[in-house]
Amino acid sequence: MEKIKVEICCGTACYLLGAAKLMNIEEELPENLKDKVDIQARTCLGLCERDHLGGAPYVKFNDTEIMGNASVEKVLARLNQLVEGAEQS
Amino acid sequence: MINGATYIRRELLIRLVRAFDDGVLREEIDQIPIRLRPKDSDASRCCIYHDRAVLKYRLMALLGISAEEETDEAKTLSEYLDEIIGGEPREISEDSEFERKTAPLSVCAPACSGCPDARVVSTSNCRGCFARPCVYSCPKNAITVTNGRSQIDSSKCVKCGKCISACPYNAIVKTTVPCEEACPVGAIRKNERGVAEIDFSKCIFCGKCFMSCPFGAVMERSQIVSVLSAMKRGEKLVAMVAPAADRQFPGTVEQLLAACAKAGFSDVIEVALGAEKTTEHETAEFLERMEQDSKTFMTTSCCPAYVNLVGKHLPELIDKVSLTPSPMVYTHEMVREADPGAKTVFIGPCVAKRSEARRKGIDFVLSFEELGAILAGRKIDVLACEPHPIERPAAATARNFARSCGVTEAVLAEATAKLPGFQLAAKQINGIDRKTCAMLKLYASGKLPANFLEVMACPGGCVNGPCSLS
Ligand code: FES
Repeated sequence: MEKIKVEICCGTACYLLGAAKLMNIEEELPENLKDKVDIQARTCLGLCERDHLGGAPYVKFNDTEIMGNASVEKVLARLNQLVEGAEQS
Repeated sequence: MINGATYIRRELLIRLVRAFDDGVLREEIDQIPIRLRPKDSDASRCCIYHDRAVLKYRLMALLGISAEEETDEAKTLSEYLDEIIGGEPREISEDSEFERKTAPLSVCAPACSGCPDARVVSTSNCRGCFARPCVYSCPKNAITVTNGRSQIDSSKCVKCGKCISACPYNAIVKTTVPCEEACPVGAIRKNERGVAEIDFSKCIFCGKCFMSCPFGAVMERSQIVSVLSAMKRGEKLVAMVAPAADRQFPGTVEQLLAACAKAGFSDVIEVALGAEKTTEHETAEFLERMEQDSKTFMTTSCCPAYVNLVGKHLPELIDKVSLTPSPMVYTHEMVREADPGAKTVFIGPCVAKRSEARRKGIDFVLSFEELGAILAGRKIDVLACEPHPIERPAAATARNFARSCGVTEAVLAEATAKLPGFQLAAKQINGIDRKTCAMLKLYASGKLPANFLEVMACPGGCVNGPCSLS
């Protein structure tokens, strides 16, 4: 199975608005996710434009799906869904 | 750690920078509270109108205006902005109101929730048990059980908390007023209207109330707009980056310096270079004091909250505080020597530095948060910056100044280099609170032995300052 690509925005806006604590998500991955995801820190994903600022920090899954107001819990929950979905199909 | 109060402060800061750079701040600033809390949106307080009112005060604080200073409620944010951008820097007379007028902190009354007084109360978790450990544990006979529920007589209760730990049902809790609890010197109290108020004759600007208020009612008065407009006017602004910057942002210190240069500062310098001078002079001063009196006792002087503490509360320590200027002051002098026309901007994690800067002639102070907002607004990622070329990196001991024990280690290294075998009976006060204030008195009277005492107001050192990011 392809690993799920997770890009964490560490651009300055996202960093200030909470990405700092997302940066060590790697360490918090539960066993069932450990070798199924590929986590990368990114510079500004270009999503923090003026009107969307309130959505930072942003995380991107598999190049397409965007999550705003990301938190460790939200990212882990979404990863679990993605992994389950992939296993079922 | 980020929470709702820091989030909104930072979001506002970034919006402010972006609107400033787009040249629309004047038109948009009064609309920000409405844009952020449009009708039908969820309110964080009682209603969106209250939220909007508080947002206006937050923006005022970002413009450097304190809620206490407000005389005309109808005055708009754009009017304040005009004063700041267009006007001459306001001269403030050195009268009895000076501390209040120049204070870097302010309490925004509409944001204060007027927390109920601190007390110990029994909750509905109480099962009115037979053993009644609460009653037996209370040293003041303050607890009775009526109608199957324990009751605490607040006129007798001394809030020792013994009953809290005795109750097996966790039925007894202590309510607190977080700002009052956090203040080491009793400078913040609720006034007759039940709203927190800072007594500026006591406040040492340690920023602990600012960090602790769950309603974000204690606000820092920012100089960010003055810095942005000075940059826009093409003034030479030199960023002096505090040693505490290490690991605040992703990337290295050199990359952060590069990011500052990119953001529009005409030059950048590590304050750690000033820390080298502080080390050198402070060590020399200490050795000299030792020579004059072998039983000498000296404390550090680089923490401005501590210096304020001594000035306002611990007169017995005044002649014990080192007379050596702080790293910020030395760095400022270095910048001015190289270019007398340059304006200096200290960038750090500290509230109290704002008061020191005003006294010592440093032109502006920005917090790491405010610097971050400028970088975010200008789309500068520290990680993407090439390291700034620096003539010479500051010594590792100087870069370590911002961590607890860092100053001690630097002074010890310097002293042993001069006098091999030198012994320092050094102690540290790692964080100012009520307990360590009492300890400071004991050091002053010699009841606690030491000859060199490093004092930092923030536990762990400046790296954990009230405006730090990590
Ligand atoms: S900083 Fe994260 S999207 Fe721009």
